[in-house]
Amino acid sequence: MFSALRQHRSFAHGIHPPEAKDDTRDLPIKQFPFAPVMIVPLSQHIGKPATAVVREGQEVERGQLIAEPDGFVSVAMHAPVSGVIQRIGLAPGINGRMSPAIFLKPFPGSSQEVSEGVPCELETASPEDILLAIQRAGIVGLGGAAFPTHVKLKVPDDKHIDTLIINGVECEPYLTTDHRVMLEQQADIFTGVRYLLKVTGAERAIIGVEANKLDVASALRAALPGDMPITVEVVAVKYPQGAEKMLISALLGREVPSGGLPSDVSVVSVNVATTAEIGRLLPHGRGIQERVITIGGPAISKKGNYRIPIGTPLRFALEYAGMADNVSRVFLGGPMMGQALPSLDIPITKGTSGFIAFSDAQTAAPIEYPCIHCAYCVDACPLFLNPSQLGLLARAGQVERMADEFNLLDCFECGSCSYVCPAHIPLVQRFRAAKSLVRKRRAAS
Amino acid sequence: MSVRGHTLEIHSSPHIASGASVDVIMRNVVLALLPVSAFAVYSFGLAAALTLVVAVFSCVATEHLLCRLAATPTTVRDWSVTITGLLYGLTLPPALPLWMVACGGVIGVAMAKFLFGGLGYNAFNPALVGRAFLQAAFPVAMTSWTPAFAADRFSQLPASTFTVPFAAPVYDGVSGATPLSLFKFDGQLTATGDLLLGLTNGSAGETCAVLILAGGLYLAARKMLNWRIPLAILATVAGLSWVFHMLAPADYPPAGFMLFSGGLMLGAVFMATDMVASPITNAGCVVYGILIGVLVTVIRLWGGMPEGVMYAILLANAASPHIDGLIQPRVFGTGRGEP
Repeated sequence: MFSALRQHRSFAHGIHPPEAKDDTRDLPIKQFPFAPVMIVPLSQHIGKPATAVVREGQEVERGQLIAEPDGFVSVAMHAPVSGVIQRIGLAPGINGRMSPAIFLKPFPGSSQEVSEGVPCELETASPEDILLAIQRAGIVGLGGAAFPTHVKLKVPDDKHIDTLIINGVECEPYLTTDHRVMLEQQADIFTGVRYLLKVTGAERAIIGVEANKLDVASALRAALPGDMPITVEVVAVKYPQGAEKMLISALLGREVPSGGLPSDVSVVSVNVATTAEIGRLLPHGRGIQERVITIGGPAISKKGNYRIPIGTPLRFALEYAGMADNVSRVFLGGPMMGQALPSLDIPITKGTSGFIAFSDAQTAAPIEYPCIHCAYCVDACPLFLNPSQLGLLARAGQVERMADEFNLLDCFECGSCSYVCPAHIPLVQRFRAAKSLVRKRRAAS
Repeated sequence: MSVRGHTLEIHSSPHIASGASVDVIMRNVVLALLPVSAFAVYSFGLAAALTLVVAVFSCVATEHLLCRLAATPTTVRDWSVTITGLLYGLTLPPALPLWMVACGGVIGVAMAKFLFGGLGYNAFNPALVGRAFLQAAFPVAMTSWTPAFAADRFSQLPASTFTVPFAAPVYDGVSGATPLSLFKFDGQLTATGDLLLGLTNGSAGETCAVLILAGGLYLAARKMLNWRIPLAILATVAGLSWVFHMLAPADYPPAGFMLFSGGLMLGAVFMATDMVASPITNAGCVVYGILIGVLVTVIRLWGGMPEGVMYAILLANAASPHIDGLIQPRVFGTGRGEP
């Protein structure tokens, strides 16, 4: 009974949305079948799109390199299934825009077997070799950001890293992929950590998990290898605990400077699923051709955590998972930061951590009241911004003042302010628009 | 957007909300004021009941009619004007002529709320502006007190209640001086126990400190009131008056008397905490509370009037945007500003 009273470490401020993880947290990861056609976009990450190295009509094996990174901030793509390249053309993305993609038609009865590449040996590889191997494996942040992992791991020469943080917080409601990966792929995670420790030169690693995953914490602790400087720390259940800056603050009490990077406080943090992929792929010289995704929400009958090949059309995935006919809203990611999808005819990409589908009729938009200065948003903002003031300035169109005087650009759009606002003001939505306006203006001048 | 049978709704995240709502907050403030209002009626009888009804009605009707006139949807359903009306009525002498009650309500809502742009834009607490108008226009009526717990309070109305507009009100023989005026003009102290339980004379809703504090605790527990404001006000008044009482016990009343007499409790708990007219940061709220506490003490101890809560809060309301200008949250990852 005292466990409820125990205080776990946390960042300051934040919110407590309903967790909604009970439906899928205990469901083991299931392998997904191949769709009739797979669509692999050449740009699934932040940075330059990859360059296709296959041509129409070519036969490829599952796991084979089909696109190479174009420059440093870019990663490779691999065939999710053995089959024939149908064509290389435009396919719709999550934002509704068309972008180049490789269309791949699987051979009938394709096996799940993956071709082996040149292994990256942990003992003999240099940090540079490992970075290159991560880029060649096409690894990006699997928490949702899809930022190329090797870029994130490239620590500036003048910075020293003492701590590697493995982020297993997964604070978004509904999502349970990291939860399952941490229960089922512990060996992969520890192997991944070994690569990451070598790359970053960090002295120790901390795996951070939220207190709603105590089963994970005890399982990981029981399995910790004795020859590694690694610990498992439990942090309080609070949103957005999984945000990089917040987790670093919770675990180490360090504040990443405004506009800075974790390496400024001697930290590198990597998502736990990304770590597991590094540990799973590098020893075999393979690339990412599938990922774990939670498909959940009231409109899904076969909710679960699925290992889904990259490039699987979303419609195929949702129909396989038993999507209700009257589905009305589908979010890519969780309900706090996830994107509402305009169409189901998009492929699943590396950055996709979950799909949540709802079938309820549209609830009438709540009345927007004027800001009453209740300060709920000020008490919620994890970065100690003043969303109330920013909201008033946004309304007045004073985006420059928002950026210059009230740190608009620090906002990482967690949505806590909009969540708590009793006046139902779309705060983060306005900040998102203001941020892009400021960035465009600054880029233009 | 319709895609092969599916109509998908799209909007920008977050897709869930806490369910908090302005009208719910406002309704809870009204709820917290109900025991105070009930005690006002219990101790001052029909006169207080009529005062409260006319105060609430004049405020709500003013806002509704002004919205109509401005051809905007009426805002009375957000309950904020009901709070204004109730608070305003609670600050008035129970036997105040009803036409004056109505006047102050109209002025407070029209001038201090509607002209500023309505809820969220009122720089000053509208209830206090209404009261300040009456204090300036009808100083005698505003300081003519009726005794609490009069035997005939549920059967008889004071003669002054139904005074014809612009005629001088007639008061019955018995006057009920408030604890503050008793001390200021007669050097007479009221027992702290009587002040806590509301056994004294005064404005309709200011007398019972216990019920006011209970309402405040309820709102603070539900995070609908920033407890730092009343705490800072009360601590400042208590601290300052303790010092002066120690220096000259004959000239200055003890801290307990200062805390529980007059409108301090009602003002500190329900008026100064008006979210719109108080600073947004916790540090700012403490500064704001201290400012009110200092002003109350100064006006009460050295001013010409026995009571100073109303002016103290109005002055601090004016300072509030400037406090916000000076005290902003310290942004994560920066060294500047307030901790």
